Amino acid sequence: MTAVTTDTAGDTRRAGRYVYLASVTLLCAWVLVPLYFLLINTLSSPEAVNAFPKSFIPEFDLGSLTFFANFAGMLSALKNSILVAGVTMILSITISAPAGYALSRFDFPGKELFRLLILLTRAFPLPLLALPLAVMFIRTGLDDTVLGLALVHTTLAIPFAVLITFSLFSGIPVELEEAAWTLGCTRLTAFTKVVLPLILPGITASAIFAFVISWNEVFAAAVLTIENRTLTAFLLQNLDTSPLHLKFAGGFILVVPALIFIFAVRKYLFAMWGIANR
Amino acid sequence: MAEIQIKNVAKRFGEYQALSDINLTIADQEFMVLLGASGCGKTTLLRIIAGLETQSTGEVWIGDKRVDHLPPKDRGIAMVFQNYAVFPHLTVFENIGFGLRMQKLPNDEVTRRVQRTAELMHIEQLLKRYSGELSGGQRQRVAVARALAMEPDVILMDEPLSNLDALLRLEMRAELKGVLAESKTTAIYVTHDQVEAMSLADRISVMHQGRIVQAATPVEVYRNPAERFVAGFIGNPPMNFVTARPEGKGRWNVAGQSFDGPASDAGALEFAIRPEDLTPAEAGLRATAKVVEPLGAHLLVTCEVDGALFRAVLDSDLVVKPEDSLTLAPMPDRVRWFDPETTKAVAV
Ligand SMILES: Nc1ncnc2c1ncn2[C@@H]1O[C@H](COP(=O)(O)OP(=O)(O)OP(=O)(O)O)[C@@H](O)[C@H]1O
Ligand SMILES: [Mg+2]
Repeated sequence: MTAVTTDTAGDTRRAGRYVYLASVTLLCAWVLVPLYFLLINTLSSPEAVNAFPKSFIPEFDLGSLTFFANFAGMLSALKNSILVAGVTMILSITISAPAGYALSRFDFPGKELFRLLILLTRAFPLPLLALPLAVMFIRTGLDDTVLGLALVHTTLAIPFAVLITFSLFSGIPVELEEAAWTLGCTRLTAFTKVVLPLILPGITASAIFAFVISWNEVFAAAVLTIENRTLTAFLLQNLDTSPLHLKFAGGFILVVPALIFIFAVRKYLFAMWGIANR
Repeated sequence: MAEIQIKNVAKRFGEYQALSDINLTIADQEFMVLLGASGCGKTTLLRIIAGLETQSTGEVWIGDKRVDHLPPKDRGIAMVFQNYAVFPHLTVFENIGFGLRMQKLPNDEVTRRVQRTAELMHIEQLLKRYSGELSGGQRQRVAVARALAMEPDVILMDEPLSNLDALLRLEMRAELKGVLAESKTTAIYVTHDQVEAMSLADRISVMHQGRIVQAATPVEVYRNPAERFVAGFIGNPPMNFVTARPEGKGRWNVAGQSFDGPASDAGALEFAIRPEDLTPAEAGLRATAKVVEPLGAHLLVTCEVDGALFRAVLDSDLVVKPEDSLTLAPMPDRVRWFDPETTKAVAV
């Protein structure tokens, strides 16, 4: 009797396990297979990339990457991408962290509206804004500069950064700050000695998130820059003229930093989304 | 010198009147306990004194200084929070030493004071741990130690022992009282445990619905409650109440018996007596026993007098069964009277 029940339970468990394993494999494949192809083709010689059928094993030939590096303008586009993303990261954190703090700690009229408006900035289609923005940038001399594009990317990153920092600050009990005040801290020292150490990892995570948003952005970059193109805009521009191996190499160079960064901050992103990770 | 004066303090949260008309003077080095049911405004009053909440009206004075416009750090107070507020990114040692480091005390002085207060609170073996690695009771003791280490003029404690087991609480209670008496600190201690309040306090302020209804010594609060609420709130089992009807000048009819009482011309009064101030006798209140609970030292008899619930704590040698009739004589000088309209005590 007991033996039978245990057996059925065991069967069910085993079946559940198969389903579980299959789902995990499928999900992993969904992400990893395209990345793998990207990797193979990047690390193959240009001839192999253009040939058919394709090999499933990379040749470890740096031909494509060398070609990529030597392609006119590619390295400066890479540099531009890094600069724009860096400036975006700094701007969006210096603006968003105080906003997130204020939202979590103070009651002020229009607070709910403000939170809604912040999200609504994402509702404006960028193409609609791009033309007037380009005109305005040309008038003010911001067109085709790192700062100009970073400003646009900052507006894109801010909604996320504000909401992320808001939820991070809300996760820190006010009593901790109050305790610090009663122990001799001013508002500022309580912030630097108690809140900041607790929040720093989360801030870093949302900074990196802003970096990735800018890094991956194509449209504004394509419209607002001409000479100083970022990598995404540059690749887009040369999409029809550039050979296949160049696209692979470019795609690879774009994906890798984003992947590494997200991987590095995964713990905080998970924490932000409420997944227990310890 | 840290006398605390609270003058006409009131606090509203939007429409909700959390505190009204608070007037209280706490003498230098006094141990004042704020006692009241959950939600009566104890924490709010403490936070106003600490400077974490701004009163809607009124003044707060500490020493000879009006402090209600000063930030918490300039009030000379230390506070123990109801939910501990132990810093999670610091070790127990650094938590206790936090305020001392803010005062820029030399390292060896910090170490000395942290060690001493940690020993006092029995947490010296936990100094290297983080708050995530502590139990609730241990965190609470860290919070108390952190406040004590500051050696403040005034210490504000919001239910600092609520999470300890009964035995440890008893021990900590005694130690805390000793430590504070020795350190000449003025203390305000919030609790809703009346035994704790009785045992610790120089004076108790009983709070009810945002007001202080009585501020007096524990014995006074127990023996001479100023309001019916206090009489019913303090004491376990609580005081008994029976309606009294006037019989003539200074004579009152209570459940068919005639008693001397206040010379008031109220239409009715409430006759009040503590359960332990009753003895079985020839003449007295007629009661029918309902539930009999032997408690070892005493016999707790829940009975009915005049249709109302009535408790008596009697000698445990007595044999009483449910539905027995009893005649209970109240000790004459322990009888109290309350006006049901004003709910205030009426003097005889
Ligand atoms: N920030 C606030 N906003 C609105 N209402 C509040 C606020 N803080 C407290 N209150 C209300 O004020 C009343 C008193 O609260 P308080 O925290 O002082 O109670 P308490 O006596 O400490 O209770 P407990 O014993 O449960 O801790 C409660 O009804 C509470 O809901
Ligand atoms: Mg409270």
